Amino acid sequence: MKILVCISQVPDTTTKIILKDNDTAINSQGTTYIINPYDEWYALVRAIELKESGIATEIHLVTVGKADIEPVIRKALALGGDEAIRIDAESIDPYQTAVYIADYTKSAGYDLVLCGKESIDYNNGTTGVLLAELLDMDYIGFATSVKIEGNVAIVNREIEGGEETDSCNLPVVIACQKGVAEARIPNMRGIMAARTRPLKVIAPSAITPLTAILSYELPPAKAGVKLVSADNMDELVALLHTEAKSI
Amino acid sequence: MSVIVLVEHTGGNIKKKSFEAVQYAAQIAQQTATTVTAVVLGSIADAEMEALGNYGASKVIHIADNRLDELHARAYTTALVNIARAEDSKIIITLYDINGRAVAPRVAAQLKAGIVAGALSYPNLEKGFAIKKSVFSGKAFAWVNVLSDVKVIMLMPNTFQLSKTDGKATIEKQDISFSEKDFGIKVTAVNKVTGEIALTDATLVVSGGRGMKGPENWGLIEDLAKELGAATACSRPVADTHWRPHHEHVGQTGGTIRPDLYIAVGISGAIQHLAGVNGSKTIVVINSDPEAPFFKAANYGVVGDAMAVLPKLTAAVKKFKEQHH
Repeated sequence: MKILVCISQVPDTTTKIILKDNDTAINSQGTTYIINPYDEWYALVRAIELKESGIATEIHLVTVGKADIEPVIRKALALGGDEAIRIDAESIDPYQTAVYIADYTKSAGYDLVLCGKESIDYNNGTTGVLLAELLDMDYIGFATSVKIEGNVAIVNREIEGGEETDSCNLPVVIACQKGVAEARIPNMRGIMAARTRPLKVIAPSAITPLTAILSYELPPAKAGVKLVSADNMDELVALLHTEAKSI
Repeated sequence: MSVIVLVEHTGGNIKKKSFEAVQYAAQIAQQTATTVTAVVLGSIADAEMEALGNYGASKVIHIADNRLDELHARAYTTALVNIARAEDSKIIITLYDINGRAVAPRVAAQLKAGIVAGALSYPNLEKGFAIKKSVFSGKAFAWVNVLSDVKVIMLMPNTFQLSKTDGKATIEKQDISFSEKDFGIKVTAVNKVTGEIALTDATLVVSGGRGMKGPENWGLIEDLAKELGAATACSRPVADTHWRPHHEHVGQTGGTIRPDLYIAVGISGAIQHLAGVNGSKTIVVINSDPEAPFFKAANYGVVGDAMAVLPKLTAAVKKFKEQHH
């Protein structure tokens, strides 16, 4: 069984967002980039577990980005993965990104596509579903466990107000979240091996984006915390009622 | 040319956030000089659907097929795309929640529509079709301009206040022929959380962290939540040590919530935690450490030991409720 894991690179969680060019762009100078945590901790690690248990034979990683994201892909390869594919384009339109990946994936014969439930930069959570639609595959989002039995994926997923267990024939796209696997750190052997694993670069297909970001805004600064004495909870409740109007 | 909006219901009861989506659609319909068609799928009574008129729907299309009582995203997509084509709709709206997120991108791909995931504003038509959304886990906002002729919007729940009108909607029954692949995913077991308020829908949330010391003290969180009618949540260490189930974990790697009120008890406020809750309208932090970073993100703070403060706060809420009834 061949697994494809979709990897996105994102600014590290602790990055302070600074705007530039009249608020039309994010200043990326000095930003540390990481593998999107949902892609890494859950999707990629689960793929590695499936290979370790003999269910998967091969793991490929795919990403959309320019050459400067290669260190992040090498890090993903150091965790596990036999080969990486970088689609040489920059895109923040989910449809465009999904078409790039779908056009590569169509003829590549993957049985399972894993991705994170969303990326922590643009927080869309749309690429995986779009990919499934473009590939005419089923999609299971918000997965909390992923098992493979023969040609069938058995998946627990979060639903509105609870959880359900689904079964679905392969191939399928599954978007992973907490529960699917436990985070790992790459070991020295993996880091050394990653240097020699193939990282293919392919040209993007011609597709125009359907959305564009016009400008950014930073949230208004907090007015500052109003401290209430631990012995005066009546005052806190009154403030929540009259001032915050939340109860 | 109507604005199409997908309505969700639980066992035949329309969700509050879906009324919000209908009201949002009505506002956009007014901006673009058209009307709202609400789409309801699965088993539900007409009387319940009539209420959609009160929030601005002029027509309700009901597809009663009971297979749609469960989320079958491809079947939902088929229904929405069929209706959108029949009505020549240019704007399709769902919620930015588990159901909406499984359906809206598929609809968008079929209709070659740009998507706004997690809309926080009405479209600014002077700038094109620009909608505000949260990015970088709440650290910034982006104005996303939809360039395509057809637009798909997923509305962030709990963004707009509901206001009821005396509007009326007509209900139209439709049958749609689905294909086998619309039901490719078989649901083999369902475990609905009953008797508690779903965290993602809650307007009030009480959340506990390591400062709660151990699971034996969790009753204090539940007491306050019960008195307020709030849902309970927790920070990552609490979920990782299995004091509480994973679905209650909010933060960067857990769930994201945007309640009216978030009360954080014994949570230091790491940036990863804030990423899951910084959309909350009001934040109260209770922590024994006056230097806890969470106080910087809070509206109200109480410095004190959670075990001592919580019973007092619960009692104060109880007293308040008795006085206001």
